[in-house]
Amino acid sequence: MPMPTLMEIRDAVRSGRVGAREWIDRAIGSIQRLDPQLRALISYDGDRAMDLAEQIDEQVARGEPVGPLAGVPVLIKDNICTRFGRTTCASRILENFEAPYDAHVVQRLESAGAIILGKTNLDEFAMGSSTENSVWFPTRNPWSLEHVPGGSSGGSASAVAAGVVAGALGSDTGGSIRQPASFCGITGLKPTYGRVSRYGLVAYGSSLDQIGPLTRDVADAALLLQVIAGRDPRDSTSVDEPVPDYVAGLDRPVDGLRIGLAREYFGAGLDPEVRAAVEAAIAEFQAAGAEIVPVSLPHVKYAVACYYLVAVAEASSNLARYDGVHYGRRAERPQDYIDVYCSSRQEGFGAEVRRRIMLGTYALSSGYYDAYYLKALKVRTLIKRDFEEAFRLVDVVAGPTSPSPAWRLGEKLEDPLAMYLMDIYTVSANLAGIPGISVPCGFTQTGLPIGLQLMGPHFGEPRLLAAAGLYQRRTDWHTRVPPLASAAAA
Amino acid sequence: MAARIDEQQVRHIAHLARLRPTDAEVRLFSEQLSHILAYVEQLNELDTSDVPPTAHALPVHNVFREDVPGDPLPVDRALANAPQRDGDFFAVPKVLEQDSA
Repeated sequence: MPMPTLMEIRDAVRSGRVGAREWIDRAIGSIQRLDPQLRALISYDGDRAMDLAEQIDEQVARGEPVGPLAGVPVLIKDNICTRFGRTTCASRILENFEAPYDAHVVQRLESAGAIILGKTNLDEFAMGSSTENSVWFPTRNPWSLEHVPGGSSGGSASAVAAGVVAGALGSDTGGSIRQPASFCGITGLKPTYGRVSRYGLVAYGSSLDQIGPLTRDVADAALLLQVIAGRDPRDSTSVDEPVPDYVAGLDRPVDGLRIGLAREYFGAGLDPEVRAAVEAAIAEFQAAGAEIVPVSLPHVKYAVACYYLVAVAEASSNLARYDGVHYGRRAERPQDYIDVYCSSRQEGFGAEVRRRIMLGTYALSSGYYDAYYLKALKVRTLIKRDFEEAFRLVDVVAGPTSPSPAWRLGEKLEDPLAMYLMDIYTVSANLAGIPGISVPCGFTQTGLPIGLQLMGPHFGEPRLLAAAGLYQRRTDWHTRVPPLASAAAA
Repeated sequence: MAARIDEQQVRHIAHLARLRPTDAEVRLFSEQLSHILAYVEQLNELDTSDVPPTAHALPVHNVFREDVPGDPLPVDRALANAPQRDGDFFAVPKVLEQDSA
């Protein structure tokens, strides 16, 4: 049974064919069947969702206008604040945190009629590439329960891939939407920095973080982006740039598409099966009439080193707010005032979060600031310029999303640097602030999904989505369903 | 220059970051952070003497808004997550020593 898309569900609700309550029922049924194995969700509230669904169904029955996501169940990553339920960031320090306000994207989703059914698992504070660094539990990949779903938005990716919901939100600081989308065989978009308000997104690396959609196909990604994009005065970095009609743009013909290929994205360490699948995807673009243009991105090989200084420096500053005083967990018996901080933070943060805070504190500390943090900001300029040069010649740059398919649970936990190096192809887009999308482009012989990444210039989402949409009209990788989900539906 | 963060430095950074690692963690972090720093040293291959730093990928200007008060968070909601409260205040252990109070 093919899985319905956001648009199909919305249309069914609007026409009254299948009501919102029925979709919520189905989603809760999927959670009950599949989530004991996947562990994609941290929390969900079926009663609240059902009440909202009833309101939508009544509006439809009365013939009132309903929003572009009317009655559609969605999930959001648990680092996005909601006034209902808890927002834990998969961290002990926020295990009981009830946000006093809704994130901007939550307000946008709900005004569009979407029903936020629950909150998905992540690496603690979005720091990780496997969703194993969650204080709650690791999430599994629906294509193989022995493998990670990627991260840090692994819960959102796993749930969408398994068909629990048709769409979810994640956040992407160094690849945390695109890489799990790649590992789980779905579509994941990181918008241009500033396209979507970060108000209510728990901060990790403020100059890098961006919220974006995880969906089954490009049209649904465009629809979700449409709903969440736009200026919000509460986030001074959200940009006052008109929001084009992303969905309508997909129907226009894609003429004169120029695809950039950078040899730096096909270097040592790239898995041969990933390489073959991505090369076949490039050939598909060529067959569709796109021009393939070689481009040079000489500084992307420094991107991981640059990223892991910039991101951790920002993290060490952002996470200073967890002090055991205003909100969050406080250590049981602090010895004195300073110990309120030290013990609460030591007990409240997991090992990877503490490692990054330490590294960031070091990079910003007296005597090391110029050598590490400032140096990284200068290299960031070089990486950004590389892309500016490339986008003079091409519309999008294509390559793999990740150098490998999903790895096994536990495989990289002992070696933090080995895990960081897997982010080689995704972190540059965050450093440069450009949009990137991952779409499924094949499978390994053992049945694990492979992702193709396309990146575009600042606010180049229309062309980026059009290119990705063109690819999906010519291929059917995005329609494949994991055996676990099709067995459950039978 | 091969960076090496020894255990004393780890303790110093932990203090700055208000963390309290165990002895075993101090050893582990010393090893892991040294390993990561050795990797990021590769940035020194690049001559960046004439390159300006990028703190923000998009040009950001001062963003102003009308100087009018918005709706503040009600006190009860602001305090709802406090680990300990005292009336309308966040409560913490004593800051000053008894004899200097």
